[in-house]
This record gives sequence, structure tokens and C-alpha cells, in this order.
Amino acid sequence: MHELAVTQSILSIALENARKVDAKQITGINLLIGQMASLVDDSIQFYWDILSEGTIALGAKLNIKRIPTQMRCFDCGHIFSPSPDTFDCPACDSIRVQVIQGDEMRVDSIDVE
Amino acid sequence: MSTRIEVAEKILSANDKLADTVRQKFDTAGVFAINIMASPGAGKTTFIIKLLETLRGRLRMGVIEGDLASSIDADKAAAAGLPAVQINTGGECHLDAVMVDGALQRLSLEDLDLVIIENVGNLVCPINFKIGSHMNLLIASIPEGDDKPYKYPGAYRGVDALVISKIDLLPYVPFNMDYFRKGVEILNPGLVTFPLSAKTGEGMEICADWLVNKFKNWKANL
Repeated sequence: MHELAVTQSILSIALENARKVDAKQITGINLLIGQMASLVDDSIQFYWDILSEGTIALGAKLNIKRIPTQMRCFDCGHIFSPSPDTFDCPACDSIRVQVIQGDEMRVDSIDVE
Repeated sequence: MSTRIEVAEKILSANDKLADTVRQKFDTAGVFAINIMASPGAGKTTFIIKLLETLRGRLRMGVIEGDLASSIDADKAAAAGLPAVQINTGGECHLDAVMVDGALQRLSLEDLDLVIIENVGNLVCPINFKIGSHMNLLIASIPEGDDKPYKYPGAYRGVDALVISKIDLLPYVPFNMDYFRKGVEILNPGLVTFPLSAKTGEGMEICADWLVNKFKNWKANL
């Protein structure tokens, strides 16, 4: 739902980093986005096409790498991906678990010419 | 031939930085700021107004109201005697640091101890945008259902306190408190929770006392 604000931030980070190396064109943006980050790829692309117009980032390819949610069980140490309706540890049924990845929202790198 | 440039930057880093500045403004004024998040209709405004009544004479409270449109909430708060500022996000689904920074200029911080920032009713977006508050508080209301921690894990993970509101409705709606609390415990172990009803007043005193202590401890370490 908040992809407009997120896409604006992605664009300004990309333009800022491209400016530092005097790039003529940004050809790709490589994003790392966790499954729990509540962002929709198509929606980011939609806003990107509008926002990047008139900038050197126009036409850049958005490569979104999704990072799956992972949890670790405090009791048995098992690392697992949670099922949609429960977070219990599938190995020992413990509920003492911790989210260890899946909420990332990062610009990893950009490709420039 | 294209070249790859490492960036490794959080997408919302610019907002994060401004949120730090906003928080410093609160610190300088000695004002404790609480970001209240919940789904639409959870009872955020009713809770805030009841909290004002409960805290009267103990803490001087002001409020920043965030909504897509209208000034209904700020009008309600002002009618209850709260210094209130309305932010209309014009369609954005959350408050961000820029909006709160702007709202601060319309609030006399020197006359206040506590500012409640009522975020846009939404369990998804607000949690990603820091706004310079010292504490995030989530309100979950009984009629929303007991499965919300499982459906909106992000909202439950990123908060420092949880109000379970409208407990006067427990006899009338299906709500398995154990199932709800289990989800909360997994996502946010040891999270302090306040079951209460802003309508009947049940549980309000305990929550208000906790906030007063929180404020005093914060102020003592400032």
C-alpha cells in the first residue's frame, strides 16, 4: 500500500549514488525485499515507470530479490519457514521462536553506464 | 557496458534520518512522544480521549491526528480539551517523519509532557515509517478477531506496548484470548499488554499509571 513512498525513496537513493560516479544512465536497480515487508513488486514497477520519467533512471530494470521469512526456535534451534497460519516450530511445537529474516527493505546495488 | 555500484542502503533511510531529528526536537522540549497504530475503528481516538481524562492533573498531553482526510479526530480531541493538530495525508496510508516534523510547528511543545501521534488506521504501512516517537503502541480491538497477530505480523513485531481494547465486548463476539496472546508472544516475546475498555473505563488506570512511570523514567534519564 505504501509503494509510492517506497519507490520515491528507491529513486532518490539510485539517483544520488549514480551522481556520485557521474553515471550517464542507470540501467538496473537491485533490491532486497523480505517477504514480510508488505511490498508488491508490480506496484513498485508501476510507480517506478511514472516517477523515473525525465531522469537518467528511466527504463532501468528493477530486479527484486525476495528474501523468505525464516524463524529460529529458541528451544531446539531449528530454523524454518513459517506456514501461513501458525508460527509454531515444526520440529518441537515450541512457540518460543524468533524471526531472523524476512523484513528487509534495501537497495543492494545499482547498475550504471 | 554497465558497472555495478554497491549501495547497501535501507530504502527508507532518508525518512529514518529525519525521524531522528524529530525525536531530538521532542527530547529538547522534554516531551515524550507515542506513536499509536491500529486498524481503522479499533478505538484509537476514543482511547486517547479517555487517556486524557485519566491523566488529567498528572501529565500535560497533546495530540497529532493522522488521517487521509477530514479533521473529525482533531475536532473530537479539541472538544475534549486537548491541544490537537490534524495531519491530512491526502491519500498516503501512513504518517512519515516529514509530516510529523511539519505538525510540530503547530504545537506548543513547551506546554506539554506527552504527545500522542495517532497514525493512519492501517496495520501494514505505518510500521515501516519512523516518525520520531519514543514508543510505538498498538491497539488491537476485540471485534477485529483473534487471528490478527498471524495476519499482520509486522505490526505486532515493531511495537513496545499493546492495548487490547473493547474488552467489554468479549461476551458478545468470538475471540480466543489464548490463541491471540500466543501469536503476540511469538512475534514480540514479553510485550507489555493492557486489556481495557475506553468506554467503561476498565483497565484505563493501570495503563495510565504505566505511561506516567514510563514518562518519569524517560525524563530522569534524559
